[in-house]
Amino acid sequence: MPPTDPAIQLDRVSRHYTMGETSVRAVNEVTLSVANNEFLALLGSSGSGKSTLLNLIAGLDRPTSGAIFAHGQNIASLTPLDLARYRCHTIGMIFQSFNLLPRMTLEENIELPLRLAEVPRADRPARVREALERVRLTHRLGHRPTELSGGEQQRVAIARALVNRPKILLADEPTGNLDSSTGEAILTLLRELQSQLGMTIVMVTHERPLAEQFADRLATMGDGKLFSTATSKGLPQ
Amino acid sequence: MKPRDLTDLALRNLRESILRNALTTLGVAVGVASLVAMLSLGVGLQQLAAKRLSQSGLFDTVLVTPKNAFRGMGRPQREPDPDKPIRILDDDARKEMEKLPNVIEVYPQIRFFTEVRFNNKPFATVVAGMPDSSRNSGSFDGMQGNFFSSTTANEAILQIEFAKDLSDKPSSLIGQDLLLRYAERQTLPSSTTNNDPADASAGGFSVVPKELRLKIVGIVETEPAAGYGGYGNARLLIPLQTASTLRAAQVNDLRDIVRDSTSAKTTYASLSVRAKSPSQVDALETSIKKMGFNAFSLLDASKSLRTFFTVFDSLLGIFGCLALAVATLGIVNTLVMAILERRREIGVLKALGAADSDVQQLFFIEAGVMGFFGGIFGVLFGWLLGRTVTFGTNVYLARQNLNPIELSSVPWWLVVSALVFGVLVSLAAGLYPASRAAKLNPVDALRYE
Repeated sequence: MPPTDPAIQLDRVSRHYTMGETSVRAVNEVTLSVANNEFLALLGSSGSGKSTLLNLIAGLDRPTSGAIFAHGQNIASLTPLDLARYRCHTIGMIFQSFNLLPRMTLEENIELPLRLAEVPRADRPARVREALERVRLTHRLGHRPTELSGGEQQRVAIARALVNRPKILLADEPTGNLDSSTGEAILTLLRELQSQLGMTIVMVTHERPLAEQFADRLATMGDGKLFSTATSKGLPQ
Repeated sequence: MKPRDLTDLALRNLRESILRNALTTLGVAVGVASLVAMLSLGVGLQQLAAKRLSQSGLFDTVLVTPKNAFRGMGRPQREPDPDKPIRILDDDARKEMEKLPNVIEVYPQIRFFTEVRFNNKPFATVVAGMPDSSRNSGSFDGMQGNFFSSTTANEAILQIEFAKDLSDKPSSLIGQDLLLRYAERQTLPSSTTNNDPADASAGGFSVVPKELRLKIVGIVETEPAAGYGGYGNARLLIPLQTASTLRAAQVNDLRDIVRDSTSAKTTYASLSVRAKSPSQVDALETSIKKMGFNAFSLLDASKSLRTFFTVFDSLLGIFGCLALAVATLGIVNTLVMAILERRREIGVLKALGAADSDVQQLFFIEAGVMGFFGGIFGVLFGWLLGRTVTFGTNVYLARQNLNPIELSSVPWWLVVSALVFGVLVSLAAGLYPASRAAKLNPVDALRYE
């Protein structure tokens, strides 16, 4: 992983909120680089700013100051429309609570990013099937999310995140709602997909053992600041 | 997102909350229905009035008289202009007028008061000559029996009230004969030989009693085509040409009849010139005036009528719009509720790459679809409402022994306008919710439980 070609580059990124007369520094002057095809785990206690940082990288929020480069493009300066395109084509996201649309079948849920990316209708069924094959759920194509277990729902969410073949996968506490063995299975799947598809993963978690087991590198945050980054072996970088 | 995908998603969302969206759509339908019903009544009444006025011959007819026709009626004597000799209203002038554009026919007014004998009983009535064009003017729509078999037939059509005077069973009169007793005018020799129409009767005439047997061929409900310049209610109608050959003495004989003067040509005191439609009367009037005659029409009254109906329709439209205004509040309410319910879904859509405009269009389409279906059902309900009012009115009219009328009318432009208006109003109602949904912060929306 050459350090000169990072997938994500954060340069003194801050995100401040004003609550009444108090200014909250959710993310404070964070500088971080994530290499291509790297699996980075963002660790920290609740309110440490790790989810806010993930939202900034996802283009769901804008930094108060600093620059965020994703594959060389400063997303902090993008127009709202370009930011939506960035989320659609460059980023895939999975969440703690899966965020599948309960009224739609698995097929329709996975097709949603393809609709947003204006993929031709004729190509969509094959793409949906391919994504479901990757997470081994093709037999559940016509089911609704509520008919699935938590682990299966997260696998569907992964399929939905990957269907547009993003370069970066962002995971916000993906194992938070799962038991430990299912959580482990999900991270095994993510690792597997990363090696198959060649993508960068940034995962927010507070489960250090899992992060150490699956991530290439750990970044620890507290009070909006980046405390340290280390390889999963615990070696400082 | 492509329009088809947006529409798919919008329809899907509408189906998910089918009851609420159906009720909102019903609200729009009621609004559009009230608008359509009100305007269809306005249009129907306008058409009814226009038809009746057209049948009366008041608005498509120009009355033509010679320039000095009213001389001697308390007006100062006019000195004739040697450069512009006064034109006589004779057959030449009549033919010239018949050749004018948009003229259906030119005919003199023939009406006279006389006696009719039926079953040896005398009945006093007014007889009128009907031009052949009245056959197609709508005046004889729904009549019992038939129109005159020819322009010179010795046939009569009775007005229903007169028929009731003659017999208890008016319909049994058709095919029977009646005797018309009238006074024929015979011109006396005159020493006057000039062409001044005002002096045409200077020689005087004598009156000779005559009789004519007429076959009753039809019975008509109302008196048709009194026409401008007509007077009295004619209750016995005969072909105009038959009437003119009678040379019956009329009340206003000096002005209104076909007569032989001492000159060789037939001259008229007045002629009625009928245009194809009231809109052509103005141009026709100008052309006739240029020919050197006086011309009168009731065009101004027709214009006032149109103004009245425009105001009337506007008022009906405003009342109809009130229900639609309430319906738009229903749309706003439904969509705002949908935003609250689908807050998280909007967040997911944005996280997956939906642009603000995608979310906005999604809500817009949902509003538009409700407006479109509301419009379709509204037009249908409005039409049904109009038919119901017409039906109720006709039941009442039938009980009063009156003819049925077409009270409401839904022309194609009203259907299209109501649909377009329903959709536009719904889109306007969707403006605020759509913009609110588009502006939702995705991070907040995803956090929403």
